[in-house]
Parts: sequence; structure tokens; C-alpha cells
Amino acid sequence: MKPNPETPVSPPCACANGTSRRNFLFKVGVGINVVAGALLATPLIGYVFASFIRKPAAQWITLGPLTKFPAGTTRLATYRNPNTRPWDGKTGDLPCWVRSMEGEKFQVFAINCAHLGCPVRWFEQSRLFMCPCHGGVYYEDGARASGPPPRGLYEYNHKIENGELLVQGGFIPTLARPLSTT
Amino acid sequence: MMEKLRQIALWFDDRLHIKKLFESTAGHHVPKSSGSWFYVFGSGTVLCLMIQLITGTCLAFVYVPSADEAYSTLEYLTYVQPFGWYLRAIHYWGSNFMVGIMMIHMAQVFLFGAYKYPRELTWISGVLLLFTTLGLAFTGQVMRFDQDAYWGLGIGTAIMGRVPFIGGELVTLMLDGPIIAGETLSRFFTLHVFILPGTVLAIVALHLRLVLTKGINEYPKPGVVVKKETYQQEYDAIIKKEGVPFVPGAISKDMFFSAFVILAILFCAAMFGPSGPTGVPDPTYIKTAPQPDFFFLWIYSVAALLPPYTETVVLLGGPLVAAIVLFALPFISGTGEKSARKRPIAVLVVVVSFLTLSLLTWYGIHSPWSPRMAAWTTDPTPAEFLKGRTPLELQGALVLQYKQCRNCHSLDGIGGQRGPDLSRVATKLTKDQLIRQVLQGGGNMPAYGKNLSPTEVDALVSFLLTLHPANELPARDSATPATPPQRAGL
Repeated sequence: MKPNPETPVSPPCACANGTSRRNFLFKVGVGINVVAGALLATPLIGYVFASFIRKPAAQWITLGPLTKFPAGTTRLATYRNPNTRPWDGKTGDLPCWVRSMEGEKFQVFAINCAHLGCPVRWFEQSRLFMCPCHGGVYYEDGARASGPPPRGLYEYNHKIENGELLVQGGFIPTLARPLSTT
Repeated sequence: MMEKLRQIALWFDDRLHIKKLFESTAGHHVPKSSGSWFYVFGSGTVLCLMIQLITGTCLAFVYVPSADEAYSTLEYLTYVQPFGWYLRAIHYWGSNFMVGIMMIHMAQVFLFGAYKYPRELTWISGVLLLFTTLGLAFTGQVMRFDQDAYWGLGIGTAIMGRVPFIGGELVTLMLDGPIIAGETLSRFFTLHVFILPGTVLAIVALHLRLVLTKGINEYPKPGVVVKKETYQQEYDAIIKKEGVPFVPGAISKDMFFSAFVILAILFCAAMFGPSGPTGVPDPTYIKTAPQPDFFFLWIYSVAALLPPYTETVVLLGGPLVAAIVLFALPFISGTGEKSARKRPIAVLVVVVSFLTLSLLTWYGIHSPWSPRMAAWTTDPTPAEFLKGRTPLELQGALVLQYKQCRNCHSLDGIGGQRGPDLSRVATKLTKDQLIRQVLQGGGNMPAYGKNLSPTEVDALVSFLLTLHPANELPARDSATPATPPQRAGL
């Protein structure tokens, strides 16, 4: 705003330290607002980034009794996401591939292709997993067979307890966070 | 009566300064040459934005952004709510038109040198609008919470997970948790309905403010060069000499185009209807082949066609480089020729970009790299490949079918196109080469060594060896001399 030539410019301050009361008030005003702003912003940031604060730990979830997975088969199993919300609906159900081998040995694979996360499908006859998106193919042990995936299928940590197969799940695996390090 | 109305109008003008506002905005003077058919795409994009805001607000009257309910509200909108399907269709086609017209606007601005001095900030705000609009397009695809939306988010997650160091955190931030679920949809709803439209409106205000302060670009003439020292005087002279108020002097063509765009959107909406929803977003239903919406198909193609080892770098670095180049453009070539007639490289850049995007989109629609998951049960073996074959060879044809080979390999053009068509494979590979290829794979084919018994391999290869035209000889090893009858055949 241009100064109005008709009103005289206020005389320079006569105080000893060279700051006027107006100046002081202005600075205090800025200071109070910074504090108030910080008090307002802290809960907002905490709220919006809440997913970092309440980090859900990986939990053991049952896929059902071992009898569901006869040796020599690879079958789709589903489990309910342990961190589900009441309004999650169907999205709280997560699928995985269970490969059952002789001697109660198992491998549990994530459904997500290691390339870009599309759902891979098992083909019993050729014993391959194929991805419908960009043509990634995996062998029955999850190793990469061909196509663009940079690695084999993501594999869940699993254990057997009381005749049930349990997996450590509830995450979408990515290259940054594969399900297990093995 | 008229006098009374005039009094009322003047009363309002005295308080609101409407006339002054008009003169400094819609009535501001523009070069007469800018009233051109080439200059209609900016207002066309704003028009699409308006349509999106109105239809989007209306859709929000019914839509429920909950992972559990969204799909049923979409179905309600599409099949029960009066005109619901039409509003969904207008919103969908409006977004296609908005992205399309915006790209044309951008190409025109680039070709007409309108980004040059002193309109750098106009260009930069335009680039920001491009990114926010693409953000709106992607988040909008998620609002249609169906299988494509779910797996589209899955693809976004996988790309985020490739970011070095902070990939995992970015995934958590994007999904608002460890998996795609209710909070993910709420997050994208907030982005799509509050944050991004607000951002777009703010940047549009800046964009238009800059159009007013720095003026609309004059129609470039070949040979007229932009110099920082003289441009402003030259532009002022043009405005003084042949300036016309934008309304009503130069707006007629914009009005024609706007009406055309609305009619085109309404036509497409009525003819082709809304997109999807394609199926309940149930992750346990895995018989789905997700595809992104039209504007992102080219990225889908890039992800399929790149050599795998370059993927992370290109998927993450590509957008970054593109953004840097776009933002830096007005500072790299801020002066000089404006006319496209004197800027062959600029024309080439536009043509090559357009062709690249179109080709990649076309490939994305056809996606020959995707295995056809049902081909092994739906695509028959053409009869001419079976006539006169021995029992062993016929057994081999069954192996080819039953072991899902057809998902990637076609016979006579029928079947998957991921791998080569096998109709003439015997003219290219010898028996030993075929056995090796089947057992060990390679060249993007999985090894079948563990999954086929020796007898199956034997049958399969003997069938494959019959796959050559009657007048063309099968491939032979270079160590095997051609026999005289073969020579005679040539």
C-alpha cells in the first residue's frame, strides 16, 4: 500500500533501544501465532501420518488345518487381514498360494507378482505360476522362470501349530518390504 | 422500466465495481491475432474442469467412499439412481476429454513459443496443472472401486516399493497402512475430492492471473525473434495497434469450441456409457487381468516392453527427468524464434512424442505381451495342423494344448502372442534345438524340463517338427548335408 501523503509519517521512535511499541507488539504477535500454529499442526501431522505411528506388527494367522493342503498340491488359501477395519469389506480378505510337499513341508507364496503386483495364477498342468499383466512366469517353487519380474515370488514365513498352517501376514509385499528375508 | 433496471445495475456497480472488474479480466485487451482456432484449447480445458466439478459434486451425493460400500453405491448409481449412469458417463468422458484437450493445449503452446519470455511462470503453472490433472485421473480411477481399481493400486504400490531407501515408507503413506483397504479408499477419496481439485483451482487462478498480467501470446510470425530487452515494448505496441477486448472481440471461437466439447462429451457419454465397475474388489478373486484407464495405458506398455534391468530406473527416473525438462524448458529456450515454421526440432519433438504415446497406448490396448490365461482351454488347434499326423504327433498336439503352451504361443494366429507363433517353427529350429528349448527354456520362455516327462517331450517335439508349410523344408543342422531331393526341391 502506498503511504498516504496527507497523513504525516509517524515520527521515529524515541525509545532508547530503538523499537516502538507497535514493532514490539508485531513481533509478539508473530511469535504467538508461530506457537499456536505449531500446536495446531502437531496433531494434524500425527493424524495424517498415523499409519507410521501405529505400525501393526506381523501376526500369525491360520490358513486352516493341514488336511486342506494334501501333499503334492498347490492351492489358493485366504485369510482375514489381522489389521482389518470394520468397513474394509472384501478387501480385508487376502489370498495366498500354498504349495504342499511330501513330509508336511510347505511354501506359502504371496499372490502378488514381483514385477508390478498383479495376481499370479497357478497352472497345475504345466506346474507354473503365470501373471496376466506383463507375462511374468514362476516355477512351482516360486523361482522366477521368465518375463520381467526381478525376483521369485514373495514367500510368507510360516509354521505348523496344532495341525494348522500359520503364516505371518497382513502386508502387501513389495521389493522394499518382501514378506520374509529368505 | 429500463431506466429502473439501469438504476439497479448502477447501484450494484457502485458497490461491486463490476465494470472495472470486467475491464481488467474478461474484457482485457488481447492481440487480434490471438482470436484463432489454435487458441481455443485452454478455455476448452477449463470448461472440462467445470464439467468435472459439477458432475463430481453430483456423484458425491450418492457415492459412499467405503471399501465395503463403494461398489454397491456404484451399482446403485449405474442402475437405479435416475440419470446416475449418465452422470457417471459424463464424468468419465469429461476426464478423458480434459486430459486430451490439455495435451493438445500444451503442444500448441509449445509449438507457438508461448512459453518463452516473459511467460515462463505461465508455462510452469501449466505443467503443475498437467501433473495435478493426471493425479486426479489416477485417483478418479480408484474411486471406481472395482477389480481394476484394486489392482491398479497394487501396481502403484509395487512401483512405490521400488523407490530406493524410502520405498516401504512411501507404500505405507500411499495405502495408509500395510494393505489396500478401507483407509486407502478414504485417502484417495480425500485426494480426489478435496485436495487435488482445490490445488487445481488455485493453480488455475494463478495461470489465468499470469495470462492477464503477461498477456496472451500473439500469433507468432516466422522471423520475429523474442528478445528480453525489447519484447515488452513490442507486445505493448501490438496491443495498442490491434488490441481487442477478449470479450467480445476474441471469444467467439472459444465459445464454438466449448459448445462442441460439451456436445462431444454428452455424445460419448450417451453412446459409450460409463466405465465399469468391472467386478467386486475382492482380492481373493484372482481371475482378473487388470488394465489401467486410457491415459495410463502407455505406462503399462512401457513396463512390459522395457528390459527388466532398466525398469526401476526408467519407471522412477523417467517422470523425474520429464518434470525437470518441462520445468526447465522456458529457461533453456526462453528467447528467439517463436514460429513453429522456424523451429523444426520443436515440431519433431511434438510429432515423436505424439507417435510414441499413441503407439504405446495402442500396444497397451492389445497388450500382446500378456499371456492369454484361458487360451489353452478356449482356443482349438486348427484342423490343418492335425491332418495326416501320426498318433505320436497327435499326442504331442495334446501336450502343446494341455501344458498351457498356447497361453503364450499361437497356432495360425490363434492363441497368446507372448511367444512366437509356432505355425512354422520347424523351419526355424531343428529337432535338437526344439528339445533344448523345451527342456531349458530361455529367451523369455520357462524351462519345462521338470514339468514334462521324456515321453511327453518326445511327443511334443515330433508334433512341432511337423509344423512347416508343405513347400518349405524343415530346418536342418549345418553339419547335415542337404540331400539331393531337397536340392531338387529348391
